[in-house]
Amino acid sequence: MGLETASAPLSTLHRKTSYDVADFAVPTGREEEWRFTPLSRLRGLHTGAPASGAVTVQVDAADEVVVETVGRDDRRLGRAYVPADRISAQAYTSFEKATILTVPREAVASRPTVITVNGTGAGAAYGHTLVRVEPMATAVVVLDHRGSAVYADNVEYVVGEGATLKVVSLQDWADDAVHVSHHHALLGKDATFRSFVVTLGGDLVRLSPSVSYTGPGGDADLTGLYFVDAGQHLEHRLLVDHSRPNCRSNVVYKGALQGDGAHAVWIGDVIIRVEAEGTDTYELNRNLLLTDGARADSVPNLEILTGEVAGAGHASASGRLDDEHIFYLQARGIPFEEARRLVIRGFFAQLLEKIELDELRERVFAKVEAELEK
Amino acid sequence: MSDSSRVRPGSTLEIRDLRVAVGDKEILRGVNLTVKAGETHAIMGPNGSGKSTLAYAIAGHPKYTVTGGQVLLDGADLLEMSVDERARAGLFLAMQYPVEVPGVSVSNFLRSAVTSVRGEAPKLRQFAKDLKTGMDALSIDAAFAQRNLNEGFSGGEKKRHEILQLELLKPKIAVLDETDSGLDVDALRVVSEGINRFRASGDTGVLLITHYTRILRYVKPDFVHVFAGGRIVEQGGPELADRLEAEGYEAYVKASA
Repeated sequence: MGLETASAPLSTLHRKTSYDVADFAVPTGREEEWRFTPLSRLRGLHTGAPASGAVTVQVDAADEVVVETVGRDDRRLGRAYVPADRISAQAYTSFEKATILTVPREAVASRPTVITVNGTGAGAAYGHTLVRVEPMATAVVVLDHRGSAVYADNVEYVVGEGATLKVVSLQDWADDAVHVSHHHALLGKDATFRSFVVTLGGDLVRLSPSVSYTGPGGDADLTGLYFVDAGQHLEHRLLVDHSRPNCRSNVVYKGALQGDGAHAVWIGDVIIRVEAEGTDTYELNRNLLLTDGARADSVPNLEILTGEVAGAGHASASGRLDDEHIFYLQARGIPFEEARRLVIRGFFAQLLEKIELDELRERVFAKVEAELEK
Repeated sequence: MSDSSRVRPGSTLEIRDLRVAVGDKEILRGVNLTVKAGETHAIMGPNGSGKSTLAYAIAGHPKYTVTGGQVLLDGADLLEMSVDERARAGLFLAMQYPVEVPGVSVSNFLRSAVTSVRGEAPKLRQFAKDLKTGMDALSIDAAFAQRNLNEGFSGGEKKRHEILQLELLKPKIAVLDETDSGLDVDALRVVSEGINRFRASGDTGVLLITHYTRILRYVKPDFVHVFAGGRIVEQGGPELADRLEAEGYEAYVKASA
């Protein structure tokens, strides 16, 4: 397996973290972590826009799951994750109420718990969510983002020893929405984390999923699917920080882009620290450029500080539909448009199969089909 | 296979003075050939003689530019049609290297193809039955239908899958591009039986492109054409294949160089 060290090693090891927005300078766009993001379309989220917008949070929880809405002073908040950039710190500084889900020790949630975040206004809004899965417990959580909003938030997933959390985060915003979000998963010993991110809607979405481990045996699987239309900027920035031995991570993100100004950004950072012997990690990003005028930036970045890894690799490829695929299908009588749809559907098929919730998979599938009809 | 209504007796493929280039390079330099229903024509020739170019140009692969000539199927100009229109008009190309298409299952692909070619979706029960019959006849495992198109298939599986499509789609004219290459004796026999079932009705034509005479022991041709330097340089009956087996292509390669 090809091991590659980043050209700028250790860049993510020393990054600044703080709860206080004042600790971060206003980005100019020249910073490495902001250079792909069109700051002018952030509607002030990076320059301290006051909370004036309206976002409602509704929770439909499984019986076994405890749901709380708490104030800023709740001491459980912010313990798994410290903001690492200005908008994340802005969200942490600005949210008024947080949602906490707790799955008690050894509980097995009988059905998915759905958090619906619905935007109803144009002003900036800030949020915070904490999902606590206690040792040996199991749960499925769906974050469903819809409507119009300018929204920044942080989501903490704390997955206890031997526990399992499966999360689907659906960014199904209206065309004018702006969403900047950090999702951090902290995995205990032998914990299992499955994340499925689907980003379809919004003018600008910048989602930063990250994972760290507190014990050996943690297992993270991060899957993402996005469909970028004309003018949309959809950015996913992943960071897996292996600091404990014998943990696993697998990242697969796939996107399709069509139309003028469609822009996808995928950053995949994986760090394997000195103490993380026996790490097994792989990350993959693929982009399918369906038309001219679309652009995909894909930057995998693997930093390995120990010689004792079980496996480490990454792959990134962006390209057009394969003419040979289309020719083969057309040579069997299948008209061009249908052949194209079949191939694109196939491109996403293996990812979609990973969504275990039938209803949700159907919804995502229908959304992708609708995008293809455009 | 129940549906024989699509096949009209008397189909003819006429290739007239066909000239084809790849980029600036002329590969086919005036090919003339007529294949009628009930006939099997073998095209034999050395590597690089343009045999596969002929197959792909007829099917409409975008890499090949037709610079002159005509290809008519029952009088209709195939060269004016898109790739899928040619297939729906009754042309089939069994490919030498069928491509892998990730995420598209064999069953989904076959149903889409049959629906397109017949102009209506097959009845599910009948389709499942036809598919099973076809797969059994070609010794294809049932699990195959759920696999992704050609993905991870062995060489033999790919070729058997091409013949399965041939039998399901029932074209008027089948062009088989080195279907025998890379097959062991058992697979060659199974594939040949499939071709023979297809041509047994007597109202379909076959253009069988091959480098070797081996497959012609199983699929008896009516006519043999020797291809060299981008055109047909000799024609004859089955006995011509025997002569090629004994003497090789050397004489033709020298003559066309």
